[in-house]
Order: sequence, then C-alpha cells, then structure tokens
Amino acid sequence: MTERHFETGTTVSTRIQQTFETLKSNGQMAFMPFVTAGDPDMTGTQKLISTLAATGVNLIEVGFPYSDPIADGPVIQSSYTRALNKKLTVHQIFDAVSELPTDELPPLVAMVSYAIIFRIGPKAFVESARDAGFSGFIIPDLPGDEAEEMFGVVREAGLDLIQLVAPTTPRERVWEILKACSGFVYCIAVAGTTGTRENLQTDLLDQLAWLRAETSLPLAVGFGISKPEHVDPLRNLADGVIVGSGIVRHLNEIGEGPEALDTALEAISTFSTSMVQATKPS
Amino acid sequence: MPATKSVPDSHGRFGEFGRRFVPETLMQALEELTIEYEKAKQDPEFQSQLEHLLGTYVGRPSPFYFAERLTEHCGGAQIYFKREDLNHTGAHKINNTIGQALLTLRMGKKRVIAETGAGQHGVASATACARFGLECVVYMGAEDIRRQKLNVFLMRNMGAEVRPVHSGSKTLRDAVNEAMRDWMASVETTHYIIGSVIGPHPFPMMVRDFQSVIGSECRKQCLDALGRLPDEVIACVGGGSNAAGMFYPFVEDYDVKLTGVEAGGLGSAPGQHASPLTYGRPGVLHGSYSYVLQDDDGQTLDVHSVSAGLDYPGVGPEHSYWRDSGRVQYTMAEDHEAIQTYQLVAKLEGILPAVESSHAIAHAMKAARKRSADEVIVVCLSGRGDKDVAEIARITGQEF
Repeated sequence: MTERHFETGTTVSTRIQQTFETLKSNGQMAFMPFVTAGDPDMTGTQKLISTLAATGVNLIEVGFPYSDPIADGPVIQSSYTRALNKKLTVHQIFDAVSELPTDELPPLVAMVSYAIIFRIGPKAFVESARDAGFSGFIIPDLPGDEAEEMFGVVREAGLDLIQLVAPTTPRERVWEILKACSGFVYCIAVAGTTGTRENLQTDLLDQLAWLRAETSLPLAVGFGISKPEHVDPLRNLADGVIVGSGIVRHLNEIGEGPEALDTALEAISTFSTSMVQATKPS
Repeated sequence: MPATKSVPDSHGRFGEFGRRFVPETLMQALEELTIEYEKAKQDPEFQSQLEHLLGTYVGRPSPFYFAERLTEHCGGAQIYFKREDLNHTGAHKINNTIGQALLTLRMGKKRVIAETGAGQHGVASATACARFGLECVVYMGAEDIRRQKLNVFLMRNMGAEVRPVHSGSKTLRDAVNEAMRDWMASVETTHYIIGSVIGPHPFPMMVRDFQSVIGSECRKQCLDALGRLPDEVIACVGGGSNAAGMFYPFVEDYDVKLTGVEAGGLGSAPGQHASPLTYGRPGVLHGSYSYVLQDDDGQTLDVHSVSAGLDYPGVGPEHSYWRDSGRVQYTMAEDHEAIQTYQLVAKLEGILPAVESSHAIAHAMKAARKRSADEVIVVCLSGRGDKDVAEIARITGQEF
C-alpha cells in the first residue's frame, strides 16, 4: 500500500511543518485565525497580524480579497468588498506583508482564489508571495485534481500547498487530493461556506479518524469553528483548528478612525487568547 | 484543429476551456450530477418524457419564420427567425429548466435553486417547478429586483421564493455566487438549475444539450423549407445558452457561418460593455475557465448593457473553444443599435423581440446587406420583448 503513504518529497522541513512538529511535542493543538488583507486597510491588517501573534496563535491565514468569492460566507465577502472598494491590489498586500518581521511571526498562509493566481501567473504569484514572507497557500477553488501544476510550483519555491477535504469527499478522491498536498490538510467540518455553527457533526469525527490513519500530514479543522468550546471534542483527532469569520466579524461594523480599530483589536485579542487557551493541554 | 461536436471530454474540457474550479464541497455533487445526467441522456424514457413536455407544454417546435419585410428593408440576403419568443414563458430559457426539473425528479431531490438577472431564467425555473411541485428559491440581485418588477411578480405567483442578493454589485454575478453558496450547504436535497452554459462541468454541456433542440429543429426546418442549410446563423451571446443551443447542431456543417453577437453597450472602455469574447482574456470565474472581463489582479470588472440578459462578465467555455478554433465569429452590437432594431422589427414584422435578441437581429441586418438575395441568414429570436417595454419607453422618451 505504498501509494497511501504521503511524504512531502523534501528533506528540508518548511516553517509550517516545523510549527506543527513543535506543537505536537508540547501536546498542543494549532490555532490558525483568518484575517482579510486590507480590511480596514493594510496598516490595520499589519496591526491585526501583530495583535494575533501576541496572543500566541500558531499560524495566520491571510485572505486575499476577491470580487466573486463562492467559497466564503457573507461575513468574509463583506470584508472583501470593503477592502476592494478601497482599490486594494495584490501588490499592495505583498508590499505591506514584506514590511512585517515575518521571521518572528507565526507562518502566514495566503488564502487566495485561483482566479487571482491564474491572472498573475502561478510562478510569479508564488515567488512574490514567498519574497513577501508567506509560508503556504490555500486555494479554495482549485480542487486537488486540478492542482498538480500548482503543487509543483509551490514546492519548487519551498513552500506548502494546503488542500481541502470535505465531509462529502469520497475516500478514493481523498488519496488523489493528498498527492498535491503539503503542510497540513484543511478538513472542512460542515458542508456550506464559512460561518458559525452550533454543533460539530459526528461524520467529521469519523472522517478525522480515517484520515489520521491514511496520512502523516497534520489535520486542521475549519468551517464551523467559532468558539473555544468547539476545540475540546477535536483533541486527539485533529492537530489544529481554524477560525474563519470569527475575527473578521469584529471589523464588520467598526467606524472610521484609529480608536475604532483599537476597540476591535481589543475584542479580537480577548477572543484569540481564549482560543489559544483552549488549544493547550487540559 | 477544426471544432468538433465531440466536446467536452470527461473532465469537462472544451479544448482547454471549461473544467471545474470550485470548492471541494461541491466536487462530489458535480460528479454525481454528471453520472445522473449521462444516465438520463441514454434513457429513452427520460427523452420521451422530455419530448412530450416540450411538445405539449412548451409549444415546440417553434416556428421557422421568413421575415419578409425586414429582408426587403435590408435589400440583401433572406432573413429568417427561429421563433423562441413563442415558447411558453416567452423565451428559450424554458427548454433548459424543463429538462433540469425532470432531472431533479429523477435524482429524488425536492428543492430547486436558480439565479436570475433579468428574471427570464427565474420565471422559467419557477414555471418548471410549479409544473412538477418542486420547491423553488430564486436568487436575484437587489438592483435587478427593482428593475424587473413584472418577473418578480410572476415568480412569486407561481410559488417561488425570490431572495434578494445585497452583496457585491447586487446583480446577476452576485446572484450566481449566492446560489452556489446555497448549493454548497444544501446539495443533498437540492438541485441547482443554472440558467446558462456557464459554471463547472457538467453544467455547460448539460445546458447546451437541453438548448440544442433550438438548432436541431432549425436545421431540419431549414432543409424542409428551402432544401438546403442556411449560409449564416446568428445569435446573441451573454452567458451564451441560446447561441450554444442554436450553433451546436451546425458545428460540423463547416459551410455554415456561425456568428455570435455580444453586448457592445456604450463602447469599448472597461465597464461600458459586456463583451468578454471581444475584449476579455481567458481566466477563471464561477467555476470554469473561459474568456472573462477581469482586471490585472483577476478581479471581475463591472459590465454594462441595456439588456439585463447579456449583462454578464463571463461566457460559456464552449464559446471560448469555438472562438479560439475559429468556428464561430464573435462580434457585438451596441445599445443604440439594439434599441433601433427593436423598434424597427416591431413596425416591419409586428414582432417585439427581446432587447437581447435585438442585438442578434441588428447584426443580421448588417450581414444581410453584404450578401445576395439568394443567400439565407437565420437569427435566433431568443425571446419576446414585452419585458423590455418600460426600459425602452424610458430610453426613447415615450409615455408608458
């Protein structure tokens, strides 16, 4: 059954791999919050990233605003719309991220539509992202069976391409998807788009147990994770949790001016601290 | 390589176009839909059910009509209309929704969602769902709801729920985004009746197949009436479903010229038109790879057309394939040409064409003038123009 064994194909471990290895040895789960680049503006995003890093998050997912995001719910879409209304460009995102001390920050994972990557060109996009300080990519509208070329480009740059697995993904398909996956596997907790859910489905727990036996890649659960109580049921089954709209919603109705952002950052900091606390061994 | 009818392949590829660029959450549903559709296509009972409904409910075959006074007016080739405006609900959209509603029943699903811009596909979906007792939710941009009150009224009266979409540009493309989101959360009980030859595989193929009844009938009617095939076939292209259905049966008749007419809007500047095949580039939008109007960052550009049905920044992948293989020529007609044609055809033929179809007729008139009287041009008159009267009255300064 060698085809079921997934090595990342490189001897040098990536920052994302190292992060999960360190956490594992401490018995801790990873927490990766999502932020939208450019909402309210890139200076605000720089502050937000620093704030989250200070609360002890382990990775940060940075969403590239896209005009037609079918994989995201209304909270993230409004956030994208706000950023795009201010004429945010991809290169402004790269410029602002490169001003950050990314070596000292948790690894940054770019969440970006394939529409954007294709237009800029996969190689040019990935190299600019690496030079800016990104460590990996989540491309929600590039399913595993279309991702072979992209996987090559990302690995060539020494970074990770994270793949999504849905509760509806058949097992034979999971094996195909994992061939173009490194860093960790993004396990979608519920069908539907990002947003809050009250309960985690039992199907998910079965799927995680199965995946655990199939791959050595870390498993992180997202879509439907919105509060600290969602973390404990996943302990020993998953290696990390991802919060999508939970951070962004704090920016939904902030007014203008630095005080408004500071108030939002305070609330975000409190929430993030509680999530980090929940991922630590009990 | 000359274009062929044997597309797409099993990955949904029309040449390099098409495929599936969607979240993993939808992949399994698309795979199941592809399998179910292939089975239905091979099933004589499904086909005869569909044929029966198209005959007794939709009113097919639609007439093949010689536009004699328009021909005289142009003084060139003979102009014929394929009268999709005479279908039940007044447009070609019903050919697709009846087919997909039958497929919904076959899959044992009870709920249907659809997106609509001008409301024609929404009405056709609500109609098919009423006919089969299916629950129907139609996503429609808040801006379009305001502009298309009549169609919203019709949908609601047929029992459909019209859900306003307030995100983004509040128009058709946002309605597509919202419908796809609904589908991601509801795919086990719900079928998404996409209204054009767009989206991920198998939609572009399936919608083309259901719409191909237009071209198949037309080809036969032309042979019966004239003893030969036409010299040129013309249709308007937004997402491109009436054109795909009209052209597909003629694709391997290489002597028949095929011409698609996009919305030229107010002119060639970005945001002034809806002509991705003329001004756009290949890219990814709404789950497939095709020509699209995007900026240098891959963000979708705003579009404009007097016609709400052509007001879309993308186009079906098969059109991109036909464009790049040279099989179909794509051109455009501007807003003012479409409006003049609408008024002219009303006076000369006693037919009010939809403002979408008026784009195709506007180009047919130009093409006819360059041809001799023994040549034949067929235009797909994809819908009737009643829905457009208020807008035409407003633009031309008439009382309504």
